[in-house]
Amino acid sequence: MDALGNLLLGFSVALTPINLFWCLVGVVLGTVVGVLPGLGPAATIAMLLPLTLKMDHTTAIIALAGIFYGARYGGSTTSILLNIPGESSSVVTCLDGYQMARQGRAGAALGISAISSFIAGTVGVLGLMLIAPPLARFALRFAPPEYFALMVLGLAMVVFLAGESMVKALLAMLVGLWIASIGTDLFTAESRFTFGQMKLLGGVDFIAATVGIFAIGEVLVNLESQGGAEIFKLSKGLRNLFPTLQDLKDCRFAFLNGSVIGFLIGALPGAGATVASFLSYGLEKAVSRHPEKFGTGVIEGVAAPEGANNADAGGALVPLLTLGIPGGNTTAILLGGLILWGYKPGPLLIQEHPELFWGLVASMYIGNVLLLVLNLPLVPLFAQILRLPYYVLYPLIIGISIVGVYSVNNSLFDVWMMGLFGLLGYLMRKLDFPAAALILGMVLGDGLERALRQSLMMSQGDILILATRPISGTLLFIAATILCLPAIRKVRFWRVAAVEREG
Amino acid sequence: MARDKGNLISGACLAAFGIYVISVASKLPYVSEVGPGSGFFPLWLGIGLVLFASGLMFGSFASSGSRAKNESQSWKTSARALAGWLAMMIAVALLGRIGFALSFVILTMFLIVALDRRPARLAVAVGIGLAVAFHLIFVIALDVTLPVGPWGF
Repeated sequence: MDALGNLLLGFSVALTPINLFWCLVGVVLGTVVGVLPGLGPAATIAMLLPLTLKMDHTTAIIALAGIFYGARYGGSTTSILLNIPGESSSVVTCLDGYQMARQGRAGAALGISAISSFIAGTVGVLGLMLIAPPLARFALRFAPPEYFALMVLGLAMVVFLAGESMVKALLAMLVGLWIASIGTDLFTAESRFTFGQMKLLGGVDFIAATVGIFAIGEVLVNLESQGGAEIFKLSKGLRNLFPTLQDLKDCRFAFLNGSVIGFLIGALPGAGATVASFLSYGLEKAVSRHPEKFGTGVIEGVAAPEGANNADAGGALVPLLTLGIPGGNTTAILLGGLILWGYKPGPLLIQEHPELFWGLVASMYIGNVLLLVLNLPLVPLFAQILRLPYYVLYPLIIGISIVGVYSVNNSLFDVWMMGLFGLLGYLMRKLDFPAAALILGMVLGDGLERALRQSLMMSQGDILILATRPISGTLLFIAATILCLPAIRKVRFWRVAAVEREG
Repeated sequence: MARDKGNLISGACLAAFGIYVISVASKLPYVSEVGPGSGFFPLWLGIGLVLFASGLMFGSFASSGSRAKNESQSWKTSARALAGWLAMMIAVALLGRIGFALSFVILTMFLIVALDRRPARLAVAVGIGLAVAFHLIFVIALDVTLPVGPWGF
């Protein structure tokens, strides 16, 4: 009852015309920066932060949070249409989303992405409203060994990203982990694998790598055939522009899976939406009745990661607002904003400033509805991009990739890196190495190494610390079980084959 | 003789790469004053790379002959893709000198005229049209900075 009363207070704040207007501005701006690769919500919020000093603080946080979760909606658009991940958390969406677009189901993919984002975004806000304080306290029990185990669990998802060869997937993942290790070692300040390049001291830019591997790699594969390969089948009629009832039915579990995993991972500082999207994709494939079809254009393969990266936005606000701990770049800037406006994010924030917290929660409900209303009608419009002839589409993809990567740091070096990763992506496709496994390694490498080294420091070198703590032990056990799945399946297959031969 | 040359060659390259990672990592401290050193993690990565790459190489001897045949077919078309990649890298090299707009138009013209054998007029129209669209959307509407040439665009 208390929560309901507070929520009513929140709606009375969020539904004022000025707050509604800024909520709309925030989510529209968020969608735009999400669609375009490179232009992230963190940079946008940082640029707009000084402008909010003269605004009412609740209005300001409503607008900035709108950019934060609006970007998650937009991130899927270029992933699905052009194989360019708009946000790092949309990398997984490329796997099945782009394949759906090639099969003439871009509209369905974009539609399910918006619907899944709406459902998971709403679940994320519900979680923020109902279980924020206890969840934040639980998240604090995550020390380096638990983070290490979580990262290992994330890496175990490589099992579900492997195509025909598990060895190739593991190799791609190891290369991804190596790429993540490039740059300055944060513990000892020594440079590693920088090849004498100053610009590599900060590591390889993630956007440059993913855009190169996915977008440029795809263009190069398609350039092979003169006269242009038939990249996209075009959908005919409105029916194919939206998800069908069967699609929605197929995605029931994906909605739930994405919502829960996204929110829980989001609540863990430092884990991030990309990890959540990989985990939810892996879980979706693990429980699917047709796991072999994942990667070929399965609608659940879009719904699960898109749900996860949206629910993550609600989860990420839990440690920020209840403990004052930012989980990532964007929430760190939001924290800076809260402090700049004179608030002290922490356990007392909700009690001392209920209008701020509950106004934000209510505005997120409204923002999610606005995003759905804005995005669904845009689906047919976005899908028209695929009607462009390939001789316009290829330069368009290359141009967006160059601009997107360059705009992150205004760095030509990053564009060079994108080109090199493009060649790598092309070779990986030709040699059947799963690109997503490499990206998984890149995403988790930094956190994995940091957590492992911190754990070993805590235990003074005793590796058993990773397995003997209850949470980390459990997570490692689950990861080991997942890693054993292919072997178990193979043994079962051999047994069935042997029984059939005997019979 | 290996039946799957692609796997054999990629396995050999990755094994060599793994050895390189090990050699660099072994020059970095394995243990530091505060705990594991900067060479600790990459060393194990290198070992993993060598092990799995060896597995891939050995596995290449067991793969079917038909797969190897398909593979050699698929590489015959790579010249066009590599030409496109080279053109893109040249355009990237030109970005800092002649700006985004002009280097993008040149790249587009190469892709359409040289690789796709379509009329130069079409290529110019597509190149200029897209360059203008990029300028309007990114530079003017979104205030994104793009590399400019000596003539200001």
